[in-house]
Amino acid sequence: MMLEVTDLNVYYGNIRALKDVSFSVEEGEIMTLIGANGAGKTTTLLTLSGLKKPQSGTIRFLGKDITKTTPQSRVAMGISQSPEGRRVFPGLTVLENLEMGAYLRRDDFSGDMEKVFTYFPRLKERKKQTAGTLSGGEQQMLAMGRALMSRPKLMLLDEPSMGLSPLLVSEIFAIIQRLHEAGTTILLVEQNAALALKLAHRAAVMETGRIVLSGTGEELSRSPEVQKAYLGG
Amino acid sequence: MLFLSQCINGLQLGSIYALVALGYSMVYGIIRLLNFAHGDVIMIGAYIALLTIGAGVNPALAVVLTIFGCVFISVLIERVAYRPLRSAPRISLLITAIGVSLLLQNVTQLLFTANTRPYPGSAIIPSKALKLGGLSLSLTTIVTILVSVGSMIALHLLIQKTRMGKAMRAVSEDTGAAQLMGIDINRVISVTFAIGSALAGIGSVLFCCRYPVVNPNIGSMLGLKAFVAAVLGGIGSIPGAVVGGFAIGFAEVLVTALGFSAWTDAVVFAILILVLLFKPAGLLGRGVAEKV
Ligand SMILES: Nc1ncnc2c1ncn2[C@@H]1O[C@H](COP(=O)(O)OP(=O)(O)OP(=O)(O)O)[C@@H](O)[C@H]1O
Ligand SMILES: [Mg+2]
Repeated sequence: MMLEVTDLNVYYGNIRALKDVSFSVEEGEIMTLIGANGAGKTTTLLTLSGLKKPQSGTIRFLGKDITKTTPQSRVAMGISQSPEGRRVFPGLTVLENLEMGAYLRRDDFSGDMEKVFTYFPRLKERKKQTAGTLSGGEQQMLAMGRALMSRPKLMLLDEPSMGLSPLLVSEIFAIIQRLHEAGTTILLVEQNAALALKLAHRAAVMETGRIVLSGTGEELSRSPEVQKAYLGG
Repeated sequence: MLFLSQCINGLQLGSIYALVALGYSMVYGIIRLLNFAHGDVIMIGAYIALLTIGAGVNPALAVVLTIFGCVFISVLIERVAYRPLRSAPRISLLITAIGVSLLLQNVTQLLFTANTRPYPGSAIIPSKALKLGGLSLSLTTIVTILVSVGSMIALHLLIQKTRMGKAMRAVSEDTGAAQLMGIDINRVISVTFAIGSALAGIGSVLFCCRYPVVNPNIGSMLGLKAFVAAVLGGIGSIPGAVVGGFAIGFAEVLVTALGFSAWTDAVVFAILILVLLFKPAGLLGRGVAEKV
């Protein structure tokens, strides 16, 4: 098991945003978390990256308990995130944003930068441009490229399709598939349940802070509850 | 000639304000704190130079000790007073900064009395005048301008080109996203305080060489004026701090040259009010005044 989350409880002040959340991600798979607005998906990912501290519960990554470790040590261990809303550094150039993604690396990362540019050729054309002047789709590419720069073992993607045109969405999903084929384990959070379930090996559904259903992507796309609530069926 | 020498005078004063304003703006940029203790760190620096030179320390070494002393005390303040409040409301942080400012002034007064003492400026920069054409410039003026401009260029290169400089910009733009990159924000914040107060240490020496008197309150007016400079330029903006610093320096020199020297402080604060009324983001501010 690459990632094992057990009974995670996370609060914002008095609001309990995650309630005994448990799930796991296996090495090499694409796992997806789907659920309505406010279900707790983003909170889950922020907790995995160490930006939110859980009240209780444990997170194990590659066999080690990382629940109390700093965000930077989690990046060093191989967890990286492309966060909700992209959050590229608007005043930094595309190149500098990618360098920040490689912040902890002391080796030569120019090869990885070239790799990012083969995934996202548009970033190469705009590498001297500040990230704030990129289009939404380009910013999404940059956020994903930046997360790749640390050579993650596990990549957390929070709504990579948000606000993108259908064409761009399928482009992004094709790249997620390529990343998976290249050996990266992926935990994908999506509103676009139909696409996410098609891509993912396993999936879990969150509702108001709890995981209410889980199974293979196929099982969930056939489940009547999921069809009704998330697939418009 | 008179005009030119007044311009150089403005350049000298402005470059000191700019150095101090840079520290204000850098700290604001990274943790959204108006560090009102910044001016008092400069005052502490003045005492370090005064006491070490008084004790027979070589003046060059005393300058180095001043800079390191300012860095040490600022990093310590951040560690002890500001870091525990990282997630507290902004207003708590602001009140703490005012408290630290008062603490520094009062402890200094307790240790060294409120008496004004002479600063050994001429031991640091010999009081010589250089003649350039018909223009007579003091060595202090020339050293001040050169050292300040040199420091600003060094700062610019550091922020634009180095790994730490880029991390500082990243943290100031989005702290959470910077953490997701693996950036240790505590370290970056400490380094920002260190750099800002190293500039303050340099500013302390240059300011005291221009006005060679020291008492526990010299930091507050200098700090306030540098704060006005930072707001005028656009708080959080590095080029803004430089522009604001020079603008305030020139404004003061102009007011004095016109014969209203008693009014310089009033003019500086009038500028603050005008900026806050008509262009609160400052001349070079990013428009987004507050990060939520
Ligand atoms: N900073 C915050 N302060 C207080 N409450 C928050 C904060 N962030 C999230 N919450 C609350 O926590 C709950 C979970 O939010 P979260 O952002 O994790 O949901 P989500 O599943 O990612 O939703 P979406 O699909 O809209 O992105 C929500 O009820 C939300 O209101
Ligand atoms: Mg979300």
